[in-house]
Amino acid sequence: MRRVVLVDDHQMFRTGVKAELGESIEVVGEAGDVDEAVAVISGTEPDVVLLDVHLPGGGGIEVLRRLQGATSARFLALSVSDAAEDVIGVVRGGARGYVTKTISGPELTAAIGRVADGDAVFSPRLAGFVLDAFAATDVPAVDPELDQLTQREREVLRLIARGYAYKEIAKELFISVKTVETHVSSVLRKLQLSNRHELSRWAAARRLV
Amino acid sequence: MTEAAQPDTRLTRRADGRLFAGVARGLADHLGLDLLIVRLAFVLLTVAGGMGVAAYAAFWVLVPQREEPAGRRDWLQLAAYGALIAGLSSVTWSRGVAQVALWPLLVCGIGCAILWQQADRDQRQRWVRTTTMPLRRMWLRSLVGMALVLAGIGGFVFQQLDAGQASGHEVRQILVATVVILAGVAMIATPWVLRLWQDLDAERRERIRSQERAELAAHVHDSVLHTLTLIQRNAADPREVQRLARSQERELRSWLYAPRADPDQTLAAAVQKLAGEVEDDHGVPIEVVCVGDCRLDDRLAAMLQAAREAMVNAAKYAGAESVSVFAEVEGEEVAIFVRDRGKGFDLDAIPPDRMGVRGSIIGRMERNGGKATVRTAPGDGTEVRFEMKRS
Repeated sequence: MRRVVLVDDHQMFRTGVKAELGESIEVVGEAGDVDEAVAVISGTEPDVVLLDVHLPGGGGIEVLRRLQGATSARFLALSVSDAAEDVIGVVRGGARGYVTKTISGPELTAAIGRVADGDAVFSPRLAGFVLDAFAATDVPAVDPELDQLTQREREVLRLIARGYAYKEIAKELFISVKTVETHVSSVLRKLQLSNRHELSRWAAARRLV
Repeated sequence: MTEAAQPDTRLTRRADGRLFAGVARGLADHLGLDLLIVRLAFVLLTVAGGMGVAAYAAFWVLVPQREEPAGRRDWLQLAAYGALIAGLSSVTWSRGVAQVALWPLLVCGIGCAILWQQADRDQRQRWVRTTTMPLRRMWLRSLVGMALVLAGIGGFVFQQLDAGQASGHEVRQILVATVVILAGVAMIATPWVLRLWQDLDAERRERIRSQERAELAAHVHDSVLHTLTLIQRNAADPREVQRLARSQERELRSWLYAPRADPDQTLAAAVQKLAGEVEDDHGVPIEVVCVGDCRLDDRLAAMLQAAREAMVNAAKYAGAESVSVFAEVEGEEVAIFVRDRGKGFDLDAIPPDRMGVRGSIIGRMERNGGKATVRTAPGDGTEVRFEMKRS
């Protein structure tokens, strides 16, 4: 049984998600804004928090900032927005994945399970953003360990962007699902820790393109 | 002049909005002219030999007053016109060098009158407040300004006393006096002008804001509300409802978030547009992810057409819930993947006369120096991979 807190300012959406989530998920709390979210998450200590990117009081990123180091809960960002700055921002803020609100119930249930197990959840779109952000440039990497993706990680991301599920990726690349998860988690770590110029500047520049 | 549209075409003096007896306002309404022009005409006629006064008096006596509640008289404006007449008269009376100094003042005066005329009552009150308040607060600056004006006028008066023997020396003195007057006026007027400027600025910003609001409202009305109506009318057809909702979502998203890229110019925008069209036509959601971008050329356009064909096939025949499209530009390589998890098919079993896959997908790519690979098997979905080097 996964214990989950829903953070979203639309009551209707929370009700809908609750109805769609599978048997293996128990919703232990709900919140509609940043203050409420911080209180509920601290009070219930769930396994996973479904966090809306756009929230009154500073957005999902503010919830992540305030709870940094104070909770063992893992965050999965959920949004209607496709804007790169939102997606990258919330993942760099500490979310372990990002899915759009159009995701189906079973898919969301699976994503929650994966986040609860400590893995990362990348939607095709997020994979696309990450490939864009880590695109090869002429600028020498400051920290190659963090600032560049390996060839294998790139392959995995490309397959995610092409719409492959982890199982399909494993089959395609002749590796185990566990290895796919390891690659994705490694990409997530780089995404969060890298100081690559593109990552900090990228979101802003994206708007100007 | 909304009054000009009234059916009553008889010339009347206006009680509402009059300055003196309502003659000018009545005439302006009657002739469809701007009030300011009529008033200035009277002013000029008055100055040029007093004709204006006579004409005004004649109208006053002969023209009946309109039956309407009398509005409050704008005494400040009346004073402005009075000052204008006085100033112009003094110009015509004290000919010669005095005109040199008075003309700039006159131009200023007319300018102010026009501004005053165009402002509404609130603005006028605000202007008066901002003029008198700094006068009280910044008394030192005002005092200096006043002193300069007085000194300048004193110079003039002195000059007028022994007019008649104008020499180069005196002309210089008059110029100095003029400069002193203008400096004084500038000093007094600076805060007022500044305030006026800010006022205009604020007004411009407010106008931009309201334009944006109007644009947003128009957009929501044309697109979202329209779609919601269609959804209600098609409520019995879940597939159509989903198609409408998806199409609207895509449109709204691109309006809100997308960088304004031209689908005729760049690859990523073109792929998005294509996918949107296919989605609309066939009612199957198409998820598009783009990495990198480049300019379109003829060969890439052909590649897009081939990709479109693959999307249509996937939407029409695969029976999949959705189609994934991934377009990537990396260095010189452009790649597009169209994938579905539908029924798939046996590539070798397609009869040679069926042109869909061979002709418009594989053949088209080869003719343009690219490559298309179809990977499929019955029950295993389909993926078409398009590759091309940028020219």
